[in-house]
Amino acid sequence: MLERALVGPKKYWTGLIGLLVLIGIGAGCYFLQYQKGLTITGMGRDVSWGFYIAQFTFLVGVAASAVMLVLPYYLHHYKAFGKITILGEFLAVAAVSMCLMFILADLGRPMRMLNVLLYPTPGSVLFWDMTVLNGYLFLNIIIGWVILAAERKGVAPPAFVKPLIYISIPWAVSIHTVTAFLYCGLPGRGYWLTAILAARFLSSAFAAGPSLLIILCLLVRKWSKFDPGKEPIQALGTIVTYAIIMNVFFFFLEVFTVFYSRIPEHMLHFKYLFVGLHGHGIYVPWMWAAIILCFVAIALLLTRKARANEKILLAGAICVFLGTWIDKGMGMIAGGFTPSPLEHVTEYVPSAPELFITLGVWATGFLVLTILYKVAISVKEELAS
Amino acid sequence: MKLYDSGKIITGIVIFVILMTFPFWFNMGRAAPKPDPKLPKNVKNCVLPKDTIKTSHMQILNNWRDEVVRDNKRSFVAFDGKHFDKSLSNTCMKCHSSKKQFCDQCHNYLKVTPYCWDCHIEPKEPKESKETAEAKEPKETK
Amino acid sequence: MSLNRRDFLKIAGITALGVGAASAFEVLSGKQLEAALKAAPLTAGKRWAMVVDTRKLREEDYHDVITACHTSHNVPDFSGTKDEIKWIWAEPFENAFPDSPNEYVKPEVKDKPFLVFCNQCGDAPCVRVCPTKATFKGEDGITMMDMHRCIGCRYCMAACPYGARSFNFRDPRTYFADKEVPNREFPTRTRGVVEKCNFCTERLAKGLYPACVEACKSNALIFGDLDDPNSEVRRILRANFSIRRKPQLGTDPSIFYIV
Repeated sequence: MLERALVGPKKYWTGLIGLLVLIGIGAGCYFLQYQKGLTITGMGRDVSWGFYIAQFTFLVGVAASAVMLVLPYYLHHYKAFGKITILGEFLAVAAVSMCLMFILADLGRPMRMLNVLLYPTPGSVLFWDMTVLNGYLFLNIIIGWVILAAERKGVAPPAFVKPLIYISIPWAVSIHTVTAFLYCGLPGRGYWLTAILAARFLSSAFAAGPSLLIILCLLVRKWSKFDPGKEPIQALGTIVTYAIIMNVFFFFLEVFTVFYSRIPEHMLHFKYLFVGLHGHGIYVPWMWAAIILCFVAIALLLTRKARANEKILLAGAICVFLGTWIDKGMGMIAGGFTPSPLEHVTEYVPSAPELFITLGVWATGFLVLTILYKVAISVKEELAS
Repeated sequence: MKLYDSGKIITGIVIFVILMTFPFWFNMGRAAPKPDPKLPKNVKNCVLPKDTIKTSHMQILNNWRDEVVRDNKRSFVAFDGKHFDKSLSNTCMKCHSSKKQFCDQCHNYLKVTPYCWDCHIEPKEPKESKETAEAKEPKETK
Repeated sequence: MSLNRRDFLKIAGITALGVGAASAFEVLSGKQLEAALKAAPLTAGKRWAMVVDTRKLREEDYHDVITACHTSHNVPDFSGTKDEIKWIWAEPFENAFPDSPNEYVKPEVKDKPFLVFCNQCGDAPCVRVCPTKATFKGEDGITMMDMHRCIGCRYCMAACPYGARSFNFRDPRTYFADKEVPNREFPTRTRGVVEKCNFCTERLAKGLYPACVEACKSNALIFGDLDDPNSEVRRILRANFSIRRKPQLGTDPSIFYIV
């Protein structure tokens, strides 16, 4: 099936070359980082995790959100998702690949990466994160590929995928839960030390992932002969609407607890992010933008009538994606590290090479996504004709 | 018999042969000098017999480092009953006081670069080879 | 390179026999050699701890103590940059004890910096989170770093509630490129690993006090075994009221402050 990725219109190849250029720049910057060390990033002693880990966190959510298609389709036999489940699964593959690349980019000694397997440490959440992420990657590759191959041949998928599909449903929830556990089990970091963190992660994931899928479905319809159909896109819109409302609600729960209890260890991080602390506040406009984007999204998507208009749906999906990205891809990590456990405020700004490496990883993810989608869509087009 | 696509096939074979033999002709005429590790003159014994040290010093050092760092077991009893501190910089290199004339001899010849020296500090190289001969008797612990 | 100890001993044993015939060396059997390998550490403590008697600390002590530690462990001086590495340093009361805000605290405490370093926690979060056991608990209670194993994920830095850990963002050797490495008997680190106070485990092994304790002329740093009721730290803790940093987090620090 993979040979279908080797033939395509000019636009397809232009896109791939564009992505390859970005990957090349990112790889060059990574080479620099490999030579000089993480000193070339904006990270430092006080903010020791930055943009890489933040992107990782956000993308684990995008990956997990494939379950929003798999669950209705396979457990509730919601037939409309049959057409696009493969898009969700392949998006998960691309997203998890990016997650693993971001982890690798963040390691001080990447050549020793396999020490995690050589000295397995079940007490460390990072060990479990590695386990569930790799497991999820393989589950989605196998499920997506086998089902697409069966569809192409017009036969029923082999029996062994059914249990894999059922396993993948709780597994999807687990990847983001474990990712939240990375943070919320740390005693000295008040911003993360909250039981609602995993729930917040999942709700924002189930908003961000499906909204990206809406955008991708609309692009697929525009650029190929395969039409995902109106109904599944609308159903995704409903999922996004519920999830973003829940995400805002969970955020409110956190804000209430933090500000009514007024415990400084928790409150200072919110103050830093939303109003600034000790004269530092580069994230303030971004965080408010995220809040505004989320509320605008809710306003756009709330009624079924408005959502039915695909232009409004697209605008809402973009707002959700950007809003949740700022929350997780920017504020979540920097905000957790500022102020430091000794209540010093050190501001973190990613450096230029760091941003290019980040962009390079995103480009690699989209290259994987483009190739996988090309295969899936070519098969779908062949079947339709 | 006709060879189809002979141009492509022959080009392929030529590229393959060039790539496979790359290490040989790339290093042609650049044979490294025969290793000649200088042994300390007034010290007779190492912590283990010479042959064992020769073949297994990397495993020994590997074991030492784990035992010292992880188990805090720092004392090593040599095969002749003497006690030594398990330490590359502070035991091995006290006798073998020149990395250049000892470690590097074989390592360079074999083109291996152990990363010990990324962190551990090698002894200052003596200015003349004479000084190596004056290496002191290894300090015994306990 | 995965010769385990048993294999190694076999080889060593056989070789020793062969050599032994020719020379007059005493030949050890594999078992004897193994027994010898298990030699005990040079000194033993069950839970090393320190008391910082801030009443005794004088102004010059800070410099002495910090310099002694950082030269003893070849800590590069990247101070003032985001890549800073420090094992022991001074913090104002409000930063050392951010959970005990008190604007009316007596001036001697308020204006006197506190020496802070790794708390050698009884239940250390850094040990809990490390995915490779590069950070682990030694039998003497010291939270140790195995620099050979660290992958540089920096999870321990996120986990430490005391900011005690530093990461080698740069190659520390770049700092020593144009100057002498202060202590040639102790390694530097390599780029990309995390480091912190090791309670001078290498000095304890020789029966020496930690470098900071030795360097503090006013004897404000007292070192000993917390598990031994007759140790000096226990005697001082019995006689004085002491505090620890963020004890409510349940980390059970081994560093005590007398104010």
